Amino acid sequence: MSTDTSTKAPTLQTLPGDDVRQIMWRFAERYDLQMVVQSARGVARGPVARLVAAGGRNSHEWTEGKNDLLSSFDESGITALFMDPEDGGYIEGPKNLALALTAFELAWVDAGSATSSLASNLALAPIHERGTPEQRHYYMSRCVPPKPGENRKTWRGSFALTEPLPYVGVDTSVLSGRVRIADWKEGSEPTIQVEKRGRFITGMGFANFVTAAVESDDPRIKGSCMVILEETDEGIYDRGVPTKKLVHQLSSTRDPIFNMKVPAHRIIGGYTIKDGVIVPNFSHGEVIEAVFRRTRTTVGLMTSAKLLSAVEPVIRYQRSRFRGGANATPGTPRFDQGLQQKEDALHRLIDIWATGEASASLGFATARLFDDFDTIEKRKDAYCTEHGLKGRAQLRAFQKVQAEAMELIRLESATRGTTPDSKTMGRIEELRSNTLVQYMVTDSLAQVLCPATKLWNTGYGATTMREAVSLMGGYGITEDCPGFLGHKWMDAQLEATYEGPEAVQRRQLSVTMTNELFLEQFKLWTTEMRKTASQYPGTGACTLATAMDTWSWTLDHLQNAKDANGKALYHGQRHGVAFAMADALCWLLASRQQILDTLELREKGAQNPVLAENLDGYVNFFTDLCHVQAARAAGEVGRVCAELVYGYNRHPSWNDPEATEECYKADVFDALEEAVAGIGSCARGQCDVIECDGSHSEKAGPCVKAFAIEAFAKRRMKLDGCLTGARLAKDRAAQAVAQVMIPEALDYPV
Amino acid sequence: MSGLQIVVCGSLVPDPLQTLEPATTPTGPGLKNELMLPAVLDPWAGHALYEAANLAKSHPGTKVYLVSVGPKAKLQQLMMNIAQKVPFELVAVDASASGFTDPFEVASALAGAIEKIPGLDRSRLLLFGGCSSASRDAGVTLQLVGEKLGITDQFLGVDELQLQGDGSFKVYERIEGGQYQVSTCQSAPAVLGWATGKLPIPPNNPQVGMQNMRAIMPALQKAAAVKVGAEGVTYDKVEVPNQRRETQIKKDLSVDEIARELVEWIRN
Repeated sequence: MSTDTSTKAPTLQTLPGDDVRQIMWRFAERYDLQMVVQSARGVARGPVARLVAAGGRNSHEWTEGKNDLLSSFDESGITALFMDPEDGGYIEGPKNLALALTAFELAWVDAGSATSSLASNLALAPIHERGTPEQRHYYMSRCVPPKPGENRKTWRGSFALTEPLPYVGVDTSVLSGRVRIADWKEGSEPTIQVEKRGRFITGMGFANFVTAAVESDDPRIKGSCMVILEETDEGIYDRGVPTKKLVHQLSSTRDPIFNMKVPAHRIIGGYTIKDGVIVPNFSHGEVIEAVFRRTRTTVGLMTSAKLLSAVEPVIRYQRSRFRGGANATPGTPRFDQGLQQKEDALHRLIDIWATGEASASLGFATARLFDDFDTIEKRKDAYCTEHGLKGRAQLRAFQKVQAEAMELIRLESATRGTTPDSKTMGRIEELRSNTLVQYMVTDSLAQVLCPATKLWNTGYGATTMREAVSLMGGYGITEDCPGFLGHKWMDAQLEATYEGPEAVQRRQLSVTMTNELFLEQFKLWTTEMRKTASQYPGTGACTLATAMDTWSWTLDHLQNAKDANGKALYHGQRHGVAFAMADALCWLLASRQQILDTLELREKGAQNPVLAENLDGYVNFFTDLCHVQAARAAGEVGRVCAELVYGYNRHPSWNDPEATEECYKADVFDALEEAVAGIGSCARGQCDVIECDGSHSEKAGPCVKAFAIEAFAKRRMKLDGCLTGARLAKDRAAQAVAQVMIPEALDYPV
Repeated sequence: MSGLQIVVCGSLVPDPLQTLEPATTPTGPGLKNELMLPAVLDPWAGHALYEAANLAKSHPGTKVYLVSVGPKAKLQQLMMNIAQKVPFELVAVDASASGFTDPFEVASALAGAIEKIPGLDRSRLLLFGGCSSASRDAGVTLQLVGEKLGITDQFLGVDELQLQGDGSFKVYERIEGGQYQVSTCQSAPAVLGWATGKLPIPPNNPQVGMQNMRAIMPALQKAAAVKVGAEGVTYDKVEVPNQRRETQIKKDLSVDEIARELVEWIRN
């Protein structure tokens, strides 16, 4: 029997469990969500894991085994999770975090199962967000599994938005479906004819209804809309052939064909008739925007789950790598530590873990934000309806309160952690009670955090997942690799594409991140990070603050600067600039949220008696991970910003008189040589010199003199200096991983 | 028989998949990082709970209680899973759930908690629990609880309970050789220490959990702190049972040869 020395060394003793995660991801007070997590976990590590292990992914067809998962989702409450209590659900209010946690748990084992469980929600989401009350209740209640005594089957849906065939995607500006009037007798409801061919439509193998995006092909219908098609409607409801996708094989995807007649009340959100024309209340773009801004976060978290799920299998593999070999006898470091004797193996694992933490932190923060946002948006919609604010009138109303929204942001930041005087508090309350102000502030964040989660979590996540696979050697790309890491790596690529590929997210970010309400909050976050750093220097918050400041300066510079050809640097079509800045921002947002979650654990963990014993160990380890990630983010931001700030200037040339004018002339040094011996050779080593015969050192041209962007150069230099200590943090984290206690075996498949 | 009151005794044990390494702690023997290890409901007690819930489902008016001795915060975490499986009411006792506590002390805490259940009718009481435990198998706790409550009809290693219409019930207890000893008990109260039972683990359902949690959270909040331990007991040595895996692959072995090897292995 050994002596427990865990209290002597405050470092990571065991892998973080539910107590830790509930605090970090802020659902320690929500037992409904904690149960949802356990429920989803039971399905993921039970039936889902067994199906994957049995080779269930090796078919494009919707097999019996895959279909059985739907029953597991029904029995475990996953299916009903999306519904409101009045329709048979069991969680009141917004469910973004609940759905995010469920997807995370399922994707921990297999993201295809997560997609499968979410597909019906995606079909329902247009109805939930923009449907009429009647549509909402009709479809939502039918998609809830029957209660004991009820004799009906659970309806399931698919969401069909497809660019022209044969391509796959969700560019809302390009539609392939058409709608026209089939029959419209005077005094009765019109019947519409819907034609749509879908591609890569999830859930299509079993969907009882489809929410399809279509464009008008008839002057009597205006614009576009989304329509609900049921399998029993008149016409063709052909599920099509299975899509030969290579990933997410536990979800059903097919290429369906529809040609159906349905009553016009199937238009989602209803319609009005104006001058003999059907005007849908919502275009397909409006519906989809409301849907995707929520569901994309969930997809982002699927990749986070993959990264964090890789930690335990990789540690186990590393430790047991040499066991069974001739030179690895029990008791030797080779036997006990295996590959973990090597720094590289540990450091790379730390990179994966840190990325996973940051992406999960960002994703869950976004999901929580959308829970708040849902409520605010509903209030905003009610307000606008009440005051007749639509279209441009609504935009004007928002513009009017822009200054007040900015004031609220500043006041809230200035008073955070203090007790403001009654006048200030009164003003804050007044601003908070203004629905439009609240909406604008929250919306400015939601419009950034959602695409950032989707873009960074999946895009960089997929790259990092490859690292995880590579750490398992050849084992990583076998079907029986513990943790199914090879599958997960491939699946991550689809997550980077689902519901809008990376370019779509970058495009959105490049616009929304320049919203001055967001930028003001970002500036205040920078100050907050600096304050955090003064209290907790090891978090990397100072490094991050410097990187945030560099990013802000660079954005401002790019918005005002021109390139060597006199063209504006920052605008929507200049993807080389705007998209790169969007990428850089994501790193910062993820790292910031990771630090905030670690601070939350530090603060709230002590209240949990289970954690109290080793809280310092967890906090120290997570703090080191934060530092590692902050340094990585700072490095990325520094690289991107430097490329953009310098990269669009033309390099000075030896042939350019203006550039050579700045160079020293050799005859000047020659004249000074008598007074200051050696000045000539010294100067030639330090700066550009034109020799008397016009020759010069062999390089592209005189070095850049960046007087105009000196502020950037200073920031960049500071940023590099701010990396101090980051590698020490990585070493500490690596040591912790080398000794952390892990379970005897992975808990799936069992 | 209808309207039973089934009290299931059961608490948490470290997840058996975890590394369970004995360690000396300031309070005596324990497991390394025990508090931080994920916990599960003791599997034997789990079988008892699911059997109890199944009986309750088919016998209207039956109420199921789960009486658990364990650290409150760990119990709460456990409930997030177990409370979703079947309907029950929790009676929590805030105390150590270590495998190194004395069964007598644990039994006293359990009996004390059971006695305080309001309106408990002992003439309708079936006391359920595991016939064994995954934490440290003393295998006597449930019997001691029964004795303390004055329940002398006790059955151990139960796999099946058949309620008869006249209030009696038939009990199938495991005995050697895959056989059952079948007894008929005239009426409650009785103690039933379950083996595995015959039911699968019910799937989680958050809707069931939400119902249960309305009573479980208050029960956890008011859980009385009780000291259970092993005062005066000295452990000379604590170790995890050795795992032996000596797999050999032999083809075309005759039945006699296999039998001979088995006998030899048992003798050794």
